[in-house]
Amino acid sequence: MLTVTNLSVAYGAIKAVNGISFEIPRGAIVTLIGGNGAGKTTTLQTISGLIRPTAGTIRFNDEDITRLAPHKIVARGLCQVPEGRMVFSNLSVAENLALGSYLHRDPEGVEHTRDYVFGIFPRLKERIKQTAGTLSGGEQQMLAIGRALMSRPAFLMLDEPSLGIAPRLVTTIFEKIVEINREQGITILLVEQNAHLALEISSHAYVFETGQIAVSGPSGDLRDDPRLKAAYLGG
Amino acid sequence: MTEFFQQLINGLSLGAIYALLALGYTMVYGILRFINFAHADVFMVGSFVGYYAARHIPAGTIWGGLIVLLVAMIACAVLGMAIERFAYRPLRGAPTLNVLITAIGMSLLLEYGVQLLFGSTPRNFPAVFPSSQVQLGDLTVSSNQLIVIGVAAVLLGGLQRIVFHTRLGAAMRAVSLNPRAAQLVGINLNTVIAFTFALGSALAGAGGVLYALNYPSIDPFMGVMPGLKAFVAAILGGIGNLPGAALGALILGGAETVVGGSAYSTYKDAIAFGLLIVIMLFRPAGLLGRFTAEKV
Repeated sequence: MLTVTNLSVAYGAIKAVNGISFEIPRGAIVTLIGGNGAGKTTTLQTISGLIRPTAGTIRFNDEDITRLAPHKIVARGLCQVPEGRMVFSNLSVAENLALGSYLHRDPEGVEHTRDYVFGIFPRLKERIKQTAGTLSGGEQQMLAIGRALMSRPAFLMLDEPSLGIAPRLVTTIFEKIVEINREQGITILLVEQNAHLALEISSHAYVFETGQIAVSGPSGDLRDDPRLKAAYLGG
Repeated sequence: MTEFFQQLINGLSLGAIYALLALGYTMVYGILRFINFAHADVFMVGSFVGYYAARHIPAGTIWGGLIVLLVAMIACAVLGMAIERFAYRPLRGAPTLNVLITAIGMSLLLEYGVQLLFGSTPRNFPAVFPSSQVQLGDLTVSSNQLIVIGVAAVLLGGLQRIVFHTRLGAAMRAVSLNPRAAQLVGINLNTVIAFTFALGSALAGAGGVLYALNYPSIDPFMGVMPGLKAFVAAILGGIGNLPGAALGALILGGAETVVGGSAYSTYKDAIAFGLLIVIMLFRPAGLLGRFTAEKV
């Protein structure tokens, strides 16, 4: 469904991503893991069109989207929950969700999607009038995911959904990610530093190291890989 | 008391013009985080467009006046979008200083461009609206002042509706809060930015015509002082904040009129900048502005 070929991205003279390739089949949960500064977030932002690559191509559903504007990529059904959540902090939960459905102008469809989001995250319904900036970190993450779902994605990229969230809520959010994948058939690309959790829910994983893919394979195999254990899974 | 109300009306009509101009500064800042120094010159172009449009339209009628106003607004909206498209958009992502210097260059280009085309001799702006003195109780108010206040009120109300009750308005607010997140929900950044420039410039164009009604001598550099005052007003109210810009403009217009009517009238320009210094000392974010802390 998504094919990245020889992708390179640079910030000035600094190469952040250096010739990576990977493929994500429809309906899968695939994870990109690796340390800070390994190029995972840069890769997602490039797929979303926020950063222009220096080389390589990105194909989505057999269409070249490498140089498409971000809003057009969202319109194709490829959506991202950004790192740090980036909710519109001065706006209410309801307004944030409404902006999520910016590209959809059918009131019934929007209503229906919103009910689905409230079904997954009942907490959002309870806090519908609250200003997003006053939510807890976990609730903001739910809102960020809910907002992304409002755009009715076929493919959802999540950047560090566990970052800065209470451990109890991390489990909930990961369960919800699996639920979204199973029930809606939404393909998931998950970027995580919490390699344990990411390997647990994904079918395939790519390990990033200084802008390149160091190791890749089925998540089950990687869980037992001694090299990975030493580097990311704490022995 | 009569004196007070008289000054209040004068202050209100001056403040209303500052408000129309200040909103353009604050909207562009809210979206792009830079000060569009060419904005004051769009205001000046508005006056010139009004001046030439008035030649083809019967003077001294309400409809004629409104048509002149509309022509100036449309011309300025187009000019504002063109400035954004050709001067600022190529610099998207460049350091703010580069954009700021470009804005100053744009301002000079407009000023001297108009001077080249139309000369530097001040021109007499015609009375496009019917002009008379209206007696309201003990107050004598010129119809021009009422027109300025009325038109500004309608335009500000319209802006409020656009920003808070339309799809594009919601997109504008989203971009100003977080441009990256806005793009990730499918908002077209270029459309929103172009729309913002069109709105702000249309208001400046209307401001230019209204200003020329009360100070009917127009020249290529007429925008400089009102532009500076409106910029101060936008900062007074809290840059990036729409109601703040309107509030700052009314305070500034009021203060200037009160001082202008007193024995210290020579200092009326100093008051604007003095007020700025005082407010910046006590409320660095402006009256309605606030510092937002990032939640982690």
